[in-house]
Amino acid sequence: MSVETEEKLYQKRIAIHPKSVKGTFRTFKTGVLVLAYAVFFLLPWLRWDRGDGPSQAVLFDIPGRRFYIFELIVHPQDIYWLAGALIIFAWLLFFVTGVVGRAFCGYFCFQTLWTDAFMFIERWIQGDRQKRINIDKMPWNPEKISKKGLTWAAWLLFAWITGFTFTAYWTDAYGLLNDFFTGRAPYPAYFTIGFLTLTTFVVAGFVREQVCIYMCPYSRFQAVMFDKETLIPSYDYKRGEGEKGRAHLGRGLKTREERQAAGYGDCIDCGLCVQVCPTGIDIRNGLQIACINCGLCIDACNEIMDKQGWERGLIRYASEQEIETGSKPRVFKPKTIGYGLAILVVTVFLIYSILHQAPMDFSVNQVRNPLAVTLADGRVQNSYEIKINNKVPRPLRLDLGVEGLADAEIEIAGGKKDIEVPSDKLLHLLVRVKLPAGAKNSQQNFRFVLTDKDGQIKPVAMNATFNMPR
Amino acid sequence: MTNPTNKSKQVETTGHVWDGDLREYNNPLPNWWLWAFYATIVFSIIYWVIYPAWPVGKSFTRGIATVTVEENGQTKEMPWNSRSQLIAEMQSSPAAVKQREYIEKVAAASYEEIFANPDMMAFARSMAKGYFGDYCAACHGQGGQGNLPFFPNLADDDWLWGGQVEQIQVSLQAGRKGNMPAFPNIQGQALDDLASYVLSLSGEAVDAAAAERGKQGYAMCMGCHGAEGKGNPMLGAANLTDKAWSVINIPAAGSIEEKKKLVAGVINKGIAREMPAFGNRLKPEEIKMLTVYVHELGGGK
Ligand code: SF4
Ligand code: SF4
Repeated sequence: MSVETEEKLYQKRIAIHPKSVKGTFRTFKTGVLVLAYAVFFLLPWLRWDRGDGPSQAVLFDIPGRRFYIFELIVHPQDIYWLAGALIIFAWLLFFVTGVVGRAFCGYFCFQTLWTDAFMFIERWIQGDRQKRINIDKMPWNPEKISKKGLTWAAWLLFAWITGFTFTAYWTDAYGLLNDFFTGRAPYPAYFTIGFLTLTTFVVAGFVREQVCIYMCPYSRFQAVMFDKETLIPSYDYKRGEGEKGRAHLGRGLKTREERQAAGYGDCIDCGLCVQVCPTGIDIRNGLQIACINCGLCIDACNEIMDKQGWERGLIRYASEQEIETGSKPRVFKPKTIGYGLAILVVTVFLIYSILHQAPMDFSVNQVRNPLAVTLADGRVQNSYEIKINNKVPRPLRLDLGVEGLADAEIEIAGGKKDIEVPSDKLLHLLVRVKLPAGAKNSQQNFRFVLTDKDGQIKPVAMNATFNMPR
Repeated sequence: MTNPTNKSKQVETTGHVWDGDLREYNNPLPNWWLWAFYATIVFSIIYWVIYPAWPVGKSFTRGIATVTVEENGQTKEMPWNSRSQLIAEMQSSPAAVKQREYIEKVAAASYEEIFANPDMMAFARSMAKGYFGDYCAACHGQGGQGNLPFFPNLADDDWLWGGQVEQIQVSLQAGRKGNMPAFPNIQGQALDDLASYVLSLSGEAVDAAAAERGKQGYAMCMGCHGAEGKGNPMLGAANLTDKAWSVINIPAAGSIEEKKKLVAGVINKGIAREMPAFGNRLKPEEIKMLTVYVHELGGGK
């Protein structure tokens, strides 16, 4: 449409130097950061007594096909729990986004957390916004080299700790630490740690808000979850602009009364909200894709309003509707109730399923090739492949019997008498069932029954069929 | 791109208009994105140099990457391709090395040790399942169910040449030649009587008088099948007193007349079968694992 353009097709990123700010949202963000990091960085080192099993409290053992989460052991058969958890997370995200906007982006997203942490390091070494801008403008003198070098070194160290910690969730953490420095860690471990160190360093150190703007799909489709009642950090343009717009605190425009009389709004155009924004945008331009809803501009503006002695909330969490008409958003509306119920149902289902995890899996597969064999003594033999998976943290001593087959003799191949399945192991058995010859081609349904010799688990039965020869 | 809504400048739009006034800015991409695109081009050129890539006539560019493989005791370099990679991995990957170690362990163990050790047993079973499929299943069937009259059932508990592991191992290594001569001269009443007698040995309901008469004719069978019809595993002579049949399928036959006809056929025509020797085709440890597998198939002795 409009052809007049001053922008080139490819544009250099303009560096952002967010100013530090104090306030409710900053405190909340810092709290989340500290808590999340405490959990993430310390969890792999926590030990847990599991008898024969690995002693790491949280361990995702891919080669062994087990996830260990404290008391819970997740087996491949339980993998639909993962689906359940993912469904809950997805719906929770939709729910939260619909009600309070991109709370995930602003406070919980890894990109936000790591960028925030890297900015803390940056500020600690180089100083706040103005100092960092100065350093950036300097030629490469010793001061710049030492400060930038120190920052990057600290970033790199932090990135390595991040990569290492992540990898430690998939193997024994203490063993990995030892192996890493003695050169004995497996190649994939080095690769994963190296890859994550590099990506963390680059993405949290340099790419930053560009991840949100160019790469992250969530920022692209967040708008479909919003409605007019969604709470988002908003600039109250009616109050801020008045009739004639915003204006600096000039002569005759010092008090609110003077300003209102002159037709100006409450925004003194100090630019602080832009300076603190980690994505470098101006919230006064309204809702935009780059806004991660971190609330720092609210803190910044509240600081200014306090200083002026004016009421807070020129920038505040408010819905579009509220800014326009002043009507507060509803808490109970079809969307919140619907999502809320759906999340509740899946959560209850998931918890129920986890609490009622079967103590063992038992499967029976008939050997089909040959189906039935006449034995030397005239009886007929059918064979079955039986798999028993022990999911309880102790060895299972079991008895295998049949129900509903008169005169059956069962024999476990290899001459085994006692079935003992070690803790958390899978046992394959070939079981032969012998029966006096019956009518040709006839079939009989029966059940294999496994009983716990220690009586702690209820007997488990599996249906099977016995076939006579043709 | 820090300020996407710079109202002072006219930004190019894509030309699409929705709802009358909704336009899409054609904002520039960041430079690093463009560089990433160039990087993929550089990557593919490097890839062409290293790995097989371009077809040239009937051949192709081989690339400079190589794989070290061992051939006839000598190491040599082959150009990289998924095949040479596979050869190398079968020779020296950790899994291949581990498998070789385990095979050595099984090779050094006695049959008793293997049967007593569930891990070795499971290993032998899964390895031998493959050998069985490759070498045995063509005749004996995938599950050892056999195909009469020439290929006996291995999944029952009846063993012509003996069901001890040592005997099974000999059958596999040296092969077996089973030969029941034909007796075409036995005909008519004598044939019917002899067939009745043979069936009576395994408890089939035949005419008692006929069976009694047939006992006379059985004298010439005793050399191999024994005075009581218990067979002889040294000769591969079948046990006639049990209910498992290894040449003809008696349990499947309907009437007693049909059964007699089947037995008479074997008496008149004889049967010659041969199990080939595998001692020169399979390694001793492979024979060993196969022995364990076959032994377990039908419940060995
Ligand atoms: S911080 Fe508040 S007063 Fe200052 S420019 Fe931003 S909106 Fe206006
Ligand atoms: S505009 Fe405000 S809420 Fe949005 S990212 Fe910037 S500081 Fe955070």
